Amino acid sequence: MKLKRLLAMLFTLAFVAAACSSGSSAGSGDDSSSDSGSESSSGEEGTSEESDNEEASGSATYHLITHANPGDGFWDIVKKGGADAETDLGVTVKYSNDADVQNQAALIATAVGEQSDGIIVSTADLDGLREEIGNAIAVGIPVITINGASDIEGTGVITHVGQSETVAGEGAGLQMANAGATKVLCIIHEEGNTSLEDRCAGAEKNVEIERLQVAGTEDIVGSQNEIQAKLQADDSIDGVLSLNPQIAIAAVDAKAGAGSSAVVGTFDNSGDVAEAIISGDLLFGIDQQPYVQGYLPVVLLHLNNTNLNEVGGGKAINTGPAFITKDNIDAISDKAQLGTR
Amino acid sequence: MTTANMNEVEPESVDERLVSVSFWRRLFTRPELGAIVGAVGIFFFFGLIDTQFWKLATAARYLDFAAPLAIMAVAVALLMIGGEFDLSSGALVGSSSLLTGIFATEADLHLAVAMLLSLVFALLIGFTNAQLVLRTKLPSFIITLGTMFLLLGANVGLTSAIVGTIRIEDLEEAAGYGVIQPILAKSFGTPPEDFRIVILWALVITALASWVLLRTRVGNWIFAVGGDQNAARSVGVPVNKTKTGLFMYVSASAWFVGNTSIVRLTSTQSSLGRGEEFQYIIAAVVGGCLLTGGFGSAAGAAIGALIMAMVFIGIPTVGWEPDWRLSFFGGLLLLAVLLNNWVRNKAQEASR
Repeated sequence: MKLKRLLAMLFTLAFVAAACSSGSSAGSGDDSSSDSGSESSSGEEGTSEESDNEEASGSATYHLITHANPGDGFWDIVKKGGADAETDLGVTVKYSNDADVQNQAALIATAVGEQSDGIIVSTADLDGLREEIGNAIAVGIPVITINGASDIEGTGVITHVGQSETVAGEGAGLQMANAGATKVLCIIHEEGNTSLEDRCAGAEKNVEIERLQVAGTEDIVGSQNEIQAKLQADDSIDGVLSLNPQIAIAAVDAKAGAGSSAVVGTFDNSGDVAEAIISGDLLFGIDQQPYVQGYLPVVLLHLNNTNLNEVGGGKAINTGPAFITKDNIDAISDKAQLGTR
Repeated sequence: MTTANMNEVEPESVDERLVSVSFWRRLFTRPELGAIVGAVGIFFFFGLIDTQFWKLATAARYLDFAAPLAIMAVAVALLMIGGEFDLSSGALVGSSSLLTGIFATEADLHLAVAMLLSLVFALLIGFTNAQLVLRTKLPSFIITLGTMFLLLGANVGLTSAIVGTIRIEDLEEAAGYGVIQPILAKSFGTPPEDFRIVILWALVITALASWVLLRTRVGNWIFAVGGDQNAARSVGVPVNKTKTGLFMYVSASAWFVGNTSIVRLTSTQSSLGRGEEFQYIIAAVVGGCLLTGGFGSAAGAAIGALIMAMVFIGIPTVGWEPDWRLSFFGGLLLLAVLLNNWVRNKAQEASR
């Protein structure tokens, strides 16, 4: 009987709640739909204006295809770069993503089928995408790769816009060594991601590295405990290199918890990372400037499309590493809060 | 089934039955036995490799890791004993934390109000899961697989639509944070020997769930609906209400875990909880739950969570290559299933 009453109470609560939450979600739904509505309408305006002036370029549609896991803040900035280029140039940029390389290849094939005017594709696994990239180029669609493997020789793509992970890793290792670190923990938060391995391998050229696989961004508290357990178990570790902004904050907490004096640096940036750099908890944040990786390729493709320009000389264009430290943080942190850095 | 039968029989006949079953047989047919043996084994295993593992500072790490996992595993265990699955629980951990974050940082609500609103949402998801399963009579595995992906998409889509990025930060600036923080994230002791209040919560919840399961009528209902739903219904067990309550309990647990995470970290990200539902299920199964329902233990599930946490923390502590640890969990799961299967057969012999 007691349970009955309790359940009845819960049900009532749930229904009242249903009314509340449907109200609030409807409200937020309105917000989002009006947002996207205004965006798309302005996009359409831009396109129609363009097509009035120049038919060929105005209707240009570019595809931005990434290997982003949904929920990764880094890719939001890339996406924003693409979306801002869309508005600024008055073209259409279609964004799609899939972490699985085969699905990503299928997205390229789909863009080819839609007779895309240009494809931008991230290359976490370039070999897995070679065939589809080749197919796109074979039918005359220009391709630019971004963020990931930059060894584009022989693929026929115009250029690669990104950060050489190895070069960036070397830079990170050097920063660590200059700060006095002799044994650095390199935190891998995603299994089987070669670019993370490359970063650690790059850092290894300048400082001793020990790799640590952690639970990842799905379980930040768990990851923090794993890092802290390692710091507690091995006090010869005097540096921690994080490869993700949320993991960086977890590493800072782990260091404090373990009472370790290790220096902590991270790849990529966020509002929290900026705050931690200002407070001195983080030595540096490596910025590969993801906004540029979304924005610049659209410009380059559009230049190719409208003016037959080819930029990069068949080699990669480096968007990083840029080191954000206490010295230059003030100027940059406002931008990080805006979501473009 | 066994436990349900033993609990349901008239008091007069209980003595008779229990006398005829030897102490050892009763011990070996306890669902949590395998988990206890495993936990002790792993504790000594890692400790003998490196005594660092036996230090209080290391215990602080794996207990902290285990606590949220245990809270979820206990809820999932009760649901599994009741004969159902909830694959949406991991995604709901993320949804709950994101909703609280959105209400508190974007809508500038008092944190307690924000949490209450996200609890209401979580309970609604649990209620919906239950109604879909009960009305359609489809397997809960499929129904909750659907809600899981609905939530995963909404976690990213709704958050980025409202916040602009998929990360929510600066919860500490929300009104009422100072009141809520000690309840969900207070820390005791000096680092590295610091213990979070969430460990206490996990203990309380496990004890409560065990008491409900083993000492109350509701507990009997849970065993009964998982054992044989039709038989349970015909002897007057409120099957639909029991299952609805279980789904809502799992959702409320997901809400609790998601909120302890965001309050502690003052930030959250839309990937939180993704894929974690499998860990809850592994912990419940390692703790003695049968996939067929009707058999299992709340305390066992909490110990299952402890085992997994000890492995997660033990591997870096003793300096092993952590690349293989997922395989370790797979092996652990298979071992547990085989052991449980054997225990169930023994249990059935014992009850004959």
